[in-house]
Amino acid sequence: MKDAFGAPQSLLILGGGSEIALATARRLVARRTRTVVLAGRPSPGLDAAAEQLRGLGAAVTTIGFDALDPASHEDVLGKVFAEGDIDTVLLAFGVLGDQARDEREPGAAVTVAATNYTGAVSAALVCGAALRRQGHGSLVVLSSVAGERARRSNFVYGSSKAGLDAFALGLGDALRPDGVHVLVVRPGFVRTRMTAGLAEPPFTTTPDAVARAIETGLRRRARLLWVPAPLRYVMSALRHLPHPLFRRLPV
Amino acid sequence: MRDSSGATVTGMSAPAATATYLTGWGRTAPTAARLLRPGSYEQAVEAVRAAGADRARGGRGVIARGLGRAYGDAAQNAGGAVLDMTGLDRVHEIDAVNGVVTCDAGVSLHRLMEVLLPLGWFVPVTPGTRYVTVGGAIGADIHGKNHHVAGSFARHVRALELLTGDGETRLVTPEAEPELFRATAGGMGLTGVILAATVQLLPVETSLMSVDTERATDLDDLMARLSATDHRYRYSVAWIDLLARGAATGRAVLTRGDHAPLDALPARARATPLTFRPARLPAAPRFLPDGLLTPTTVGLFNELWYRKAPREQRGRLQKLSAFFHPLDAVPDWNRIYGRGGFVQYQFVVGHGQEETLRGIVTTLSRRGCPSFLAVLKQFGEGDPGWLSFPRPGWTLALDIPASMPGLGPLLDELDERVAAAGGRIYLAKDARLRPETLAPMYPRLPDFRALRERYDPGGVIASDLARRLGLQR
Ligand SMILES: Cc1cc2nc3c(=O)[nH]c(=O)nc-3n(C[C@H](O)[C@H](O)[C@H](O)COP(=O)(O)OP(=O)(O)OC[C@H]3O[C@@H](n4cnc5c(N)ncnc54)[C@H](O)[C@@H]3O)c2cc1C
Ligand SMILES: NC(=O)c1ccc[n+]([C@@H]2O[C@H](COP(=O)([O-])OP(=O)(O)OC[C@H]3O[C@@H](n4cnc5c(N)ncnc54)[C@H](OP(=O)(O)O)[C@@H]3O)[C@@H](O)[C@H]2O)c1
Repeated sequence: MKDAFGAPQSLLILGGGSEIALATARRLVARRTRTVVLAGRPSPGLDAAAEQLRGLGAAVTTIGFDALDPASHEDVLGKVFAEGDIDTVLLAFGVLGDQARDEREPGAAVTVAATNYTGAVSAALVCGAALRRQGHGSLVVLSSVAGERARRSNFVYGSSKAGLDAFALGLGDALRPDGVHVLVVRPGFVRTRMTAGLAEPPFTTTPDAVARAIETGLRRRARLLWVPAPLRYVMSALRHLPHPLFRRLPV
Repeated sequence: MRDSSGATVTGMSAPAATATYLTGWGRTAPTAARLLRPGSYEQAVEAVRAAGADRARGGRGVIARGLGRAYGDAAQNAGGAVLDMTGLDRVHEIDAVNGVVTCDAGVSLHRLMEVLLPLGWFVPVTPGTRYVTVGGAIGADIHGKNHHVAGSFARHVRALELLTGDGETRLVTPEAEPELFRATAGGMGLTGVILAATVQLLPVETSLMSVDTERATDLDDLMARLSATDHRYRYSVAWIDLLARGAATGRAVLTRGDHAPLDALPARARATPLTFRPARLPAAPRFLPDGLLTPTTVGLFNELWYRKAPREQRGRLQKLSAFFHPLDAVPDWNRIYGRGGFVQYQFVVGHGQEETLRGIVTTLSRRGCPSFLAVLKQFGEGDPGWLSFPRPGWTLALDIPASMPGLGPLLDELDERVAAAGGRIYLAKDARLRPETLAPMYPRLPDFRALRERYDPGGVIASDLARRLGLQR
């Protein structure tokens, strides 16, 4: 169960190797979290993440989970919830894709959409149903500011996050009456391996800043937040920019 | 998001109850459950049996709830059933000669006072609010300002009827079923649903209190005064200003007293010595902004309050309600803490552990916790309940807004100090203790677990508190 400050005792991460997720897990383990399940595609990275969290005192298990195989989600995730309550689920998996290639090869673009949107829809619905049966719990969804107004430079990724964002907000409304809290997080550019090598725009932030925002969001039972927080206003301005201008922005 | 308001289901035959958000008095950690309000013992039995059948299919069990005055998650059961016991509210029998009452567990202490005072009897123990049920009073084994002479509530319980997780109803007395009785007293509802209880009362001549007030300039002065003279009073408590720093750290106002005897009343009041008419002010508004309570506003309040108290005053007559339940005058006062809610931290450390108490008071005052008057009291002999909170020593209780930065880690650190001193945290107030820290505080925990295993092998009785603290499979 969560404590009075929204700190969970048990945590399930979908996309267990994500840097943002790992930073969040470290924070939560330092507070209350004792049980962590890392769900992801088996890799040395996933094992290393598990080792790191064990070092902080958590009991960690890893399970094989592939966002691109929605048919398996019910089974794979069902087993996790059968072991005991999960207080917080962090949906962190995602791929950035390669815009130029995605435009050339529709199959590659579909993989981005199938991971970030379809795969997330499936996993979130499975977890949502389990949390609803528990009558409590939070589902934290890593969306992105890229979904707020898709840009020329990354509209494949952006559109997948736009879909995910809209879905997760709606899911939050659907689950609320049954005790479940959904938190949608829209980070800006975060310095992780996903963005390694890309030019850093203004408001660039860190995994730990996202982690801190998530911890606060859990305590306040927030529905939606931006990291860093001022991006909320930047994005609002950007959304309302006349299209001819928006198109010519250098981002 | 608060308890039963508008969402109560009347009658068990009503269509499948929809989920209701519940929190404790501190309004933190809301979870959803099916709220059922049995109107008879049969309906309560039916509900527990249904929860048992449901549990066998992976359901989440059932817990009893009184008036929701426990601060944390004790009377919540996420995804399962919660029995609102206030529908069981009959007073069955009053023995006005010997002062014994038998009533349903959903009867409030407020109601008991209304019924009993005119007959010259008072509840044996009352907490800082009258709006608790008899079931909640036993479940938390509550203590009052008279703990140093009278012990906790369960010491005055002669018998209770307990509906256990297997759906059976048992008559439990301290003599015939000592283990089940001791597990239930302070057992936070986890041994089953109390349906009714028989309680020994205290005779009183009037409904007024005769009160002595004095100020203490700091914590040491306060402890010295309490140690020296508490035995002279039936009721004793001190309010500490935790925002006072430096030399004034722990400055306090002591209020101690007893029920006023008839001859202490002015002549005109002697004709109706037992009237009970507590004042009620308008409720706190439903929506208040967060951040109303800052160290500055609270500090100002505490300052005024300390200055207002007489330096020393003897034998002042005061209404019962003003002496015991000043906060009850403002219904829903818990809303002043805003949406984020608040936590109450209450611990006890034994006599001889004054250093720990001093250290904690200093830490709290240094950190500038925006805490209204904290309460310090001396406990007497420990109580028989396995998970009963009181033990001889000093208990401090304070309210803190949950949004105070760094509060979680701060309280964790205080837990460690309390545990190291052999003290404990009060579960009825708790919303944040860790399971690892619970075990050393309550040495009878293994017995409690074993008894639960015996009477409720299916784990039908379940609560959020039990899940959080690992008392639940
Ligand atoms: C302003 C204020 C002042 C307080 N002062 C004091 C004080 O001075 N001393 C003190 O000891 N406490 C104090 N308390 C705490 C309060 O007395 C306890 O939390 C008490 O248990 C609340 O009773 P309730 O009927 O509201 O029960 P709830 O809060 O609804 O439930 C509390 C516990 O009792 C169990 N329970 C309730 N009914 C039953 C039943 N019929 N059968 C089995 N279990 C049941 C629940 O499962 C739960 O575990 C105070 C609380 C407030 C808000
Ligand atoms: N970094 C940013 O600037 C930024 C900004 C906004 C939003 N976000 C979002 O935040 C989330 C976490 O990103 P991050 O920065 O932490 O990146 P990251 O370290 O690359 O994490 C992404 C994770 O997703 C996993 N993943 C990808 N495809 C998967 C699949 N099919 N099945 C299971 N797991 C899969 C990856 O696992 P593998 O190791 O198996 O590939 C990886 O662990 C993502 O959703 C991302 O879109 C990031």
